[in-house]
Amino acid sequence: MFEFLDQIFVILRHWLVSFLPAAWQQPAGVVMSVAVIVVLFPALFALTTVFERKGLARIQNRFGPNRTGPFGFFQPVADGIKSLTKEDIVPSSADAAVHFLAPVVLVVAVYMGFAVLPMGRNMVLVDMDAGLLFYFAMGASTELAVFMAGWSSRNKYSLLGAMRAVAQMISYEVVLLLSSVTVVMISGSLSLSKIVEAQNHYTWGLPHWYIFTPWGLAGFVMYAIAATAETNRSPFDLPEGESELVAGYHTEYSGFKFALFFLGEYLAMFSISGLGTTLFLGGWSAPFSWLGWVPSWIWFFSKLMMSIFVFIWMRGTLPRLRQDQLMNFAWKFVLPMCLLNLLVAALWRFLGDGWVKWAVCSGILIVAYVGMGLLEMRRGHIGPRSYRYAE
Amino acid sequence: MSLVFYLIAALVVAGGLAAMMLKNTVHCALAVTVAFAGLALLFLNLDAQFAGFAQILVYIGAVAILVVFAILLTKGSETPKDGVFSQTWLTGLAVASAVFAVLGWAVLQTAPMLPRATATPVVSVQQIGQALIGQYVLPLEIIAVLLTAALIGAVIVAIHEKEGAN
Amino acid sequence: MLGEGILKGMAETAKNFVGSYFSAERLTTVQYPEERIAPYEAARVFPFLVFDGGDWEAGLRCVACQICEKECPPKCIFIEKSKDKKPDALGKPQYYPTRFDIDISVCMSCQICVEVCPFEAIKMDTEFELSTDDRFGGLLYNRGQLAKSNEYYHKIHATEAAKVDAHLAAEKAKSDAKTKTAADAAAAKAAAKPAGAGD
Repeated sequence: MFEFLDQIFVILRHWLVSFLPAAWQQPAGVVMSVAVIVVLFPALFALTTVFERKGLARIQNRFGPNRTGPFGFFQPVADGIKSLTKEDIVPSSADAAVHFLAPVVLVVAVYMGFAVLPMGRNMVLVDMDAGLLFYFAMGASTELAVFMAGWSSRNKYSLLGAMRAVAQMISYEVVLLLSSVTVVMISGSLSLSKIVEAQNHYTWGLPHWYIFTPWGLAGFVMYAIAATAETNRSPFDLPEGESELVAGYHTEYSGFKFALFFLGEYLAMFSISGLGTTLFLGGWSAPFSWLGWVPSWIWFFSKLMMSIFVFIWMRGTLPRLRQDQLMNFAWKFVLPMCLLNLLVAALWRFLGDGWVKWAVCSGILIVAYVGMGLLEMRRGHIGPRSYRYAE
Repeated sequence: MSLVFYLIAALVVAGGLAAMMLKNTVHCALAVTVAFAGLALLFLNLDAQFAGFAQILVYIGAVAILVVFAILLTKGSETPKDGVFSQTWLTGLAVASAVFAVLGWAVLQTAPMLPRATATPVVSVQQIGQALIGQYVLPLEIIAVLLTAALIGAVIVAIHEKEGAN
Repeated sequence: MLGEGILKGMAETAKNFVGSYFSAERLTTVQYPEERIAPYEAARVFPFLVFDGGDWEAGLRCVACQICEKECPPKCIFIEKSKDKKPDALGKPQYYPTRFDIDISVCMSCQICVEVCPFEAIKMDTEFELSTDDRFGGLLYNRGQLAKSNEYYHKIHATEAAKVDAHLAAEKAKSDAKTKTAADAAAAKAAAKPAGAGD
């Protein structure tokens, strides 16, 4: 019975497609899955906007939206109506073609990333051998869309925002790639479904998720930092810093195009969290072996929403990083740690089983972290704060 | 030569033509990006997954952005006042035709030597990886040294500029 | 930079998030206009005129001395003195204002008029929901709109009103005592005169 629930969407698709002639079945199945993805994730996006506003509000000692619908849950409907009916203003000196294409390219590139995420057992849209590489290729295309948006607005602030965004995204893309490479090394495959399969084993009831290994934890932390930077979320949201650049690269966009940018950002957040759960948190596998009866897609989506919640939590907690602090952090701290993590993952592979590999790997990582941290602190003269009061 | 190939080829040729004929330099850069994407699609059509995705990742994700940055940071972003076609376009056309003729002759000469109607070998990423570490490890290390030299050179140039500015 | 600051910060926000569902200290929002916080006792918005008793015209404490009009910095008080006199709370005939207008779009709530009034006639109100769509006439309050009872004054500024009442009662007692001694002296003189004339 639980197997049926687990595979319910696959069975449903199979049953719906069986009504069509044989030649049409495969394309129709693909189209159906694509339609589900195209509809499901924007619905999740709408829910996330409410959660974000209410979550941030509760963190900041206030209510969130609570007038539209019960506890404000119809707020995205109101927002959607607003963005659809707002006038679409294009500056007269803007480059009309590129200005129009930028949000389209962004949303398309972000949607493509969902094609390789395994959302449950047997629930990958396209099971590619080089799935991870495809995902990063699509992520690289989003940078171009951001640049197109900023440049085509013919607005100095937009251009500045776009430049900053692209610089930030390129730097943290390196970190993202390197922290994923450790997972590829250990699991031996670029295919995301195989990576999840490799994590779906249990010892004494505890799962073999990669986050429970020293290199996996370090890799996950760095992946999370890079993911926050890639999607321009706080504390890395200088490109769209509301208090500095008006709205950065999407200043000149209004109405539906702005909604598309917003959608693109949140979808990127979903897909990068999805990738993070696949790589480090075991994808659709359950946390304990005795919980295996719960359908796999429920695990995937709960882990996804937990990651989103952590994103929102970090946004409410941390102040914004300045551009040079951001870049310094990426190139001088995170990247060396990433390279060290590669070494540690390799050591993990070759030190055999037992407590030796745990001790050695954890030891190296902790020493490096503390050492580099103290070095950076000393160089940046960071220490406990001292206050000077006016006399 | 299937329909898909002709469509992708049309996309690549259109991108290249647009890159040549558009007035705005940034538009040209974006058109060349479309050509890159078309090339990646060609690779994917031939089942070379690694090559296709690496093409997107490297060319569209890095080279195109580099080209655009280079255009923006110089004065290339202003539309040239007196048209995009140079005065010596006839010489250019002659040289381009000559190059095309040589390439076409080379391709056509080797075409009969290729085995026909055999299954294309499916090269998985694992095989590429093993080849890189096994058979081609020396070129890999040399390229790594080259990249390191480029990075160090960039840092040195930047440091000299900073000191020069001071 | 070892990250403990970030973790401490995240713990604090987590406490805020969870606590906002349970304690009012972590959710300090008041959903105006359905809920209102009572203003503090020392709050002040715009002035009003105090009257004693039931009839605002008869009990108005203001005697049109025009000190507040002269001291008001933005000159938002406009007073016209009456030609006749009427008895005030102490029984003495005093002038009264036939026109007492305050332009609350100009008033800056500095309370100088309250501080200089010798008759405790003008005090600060706490009413702030004064929006009107008549920009010019609606924001010019005449003496009928400004007159509010002493009971209202007690309601909004309890301690201040009690002090004012005590002060006024002391004044009244002093003046009563003075009139009593004057009356006694006059009665004594009148009694002495016939006694002396009777000789």
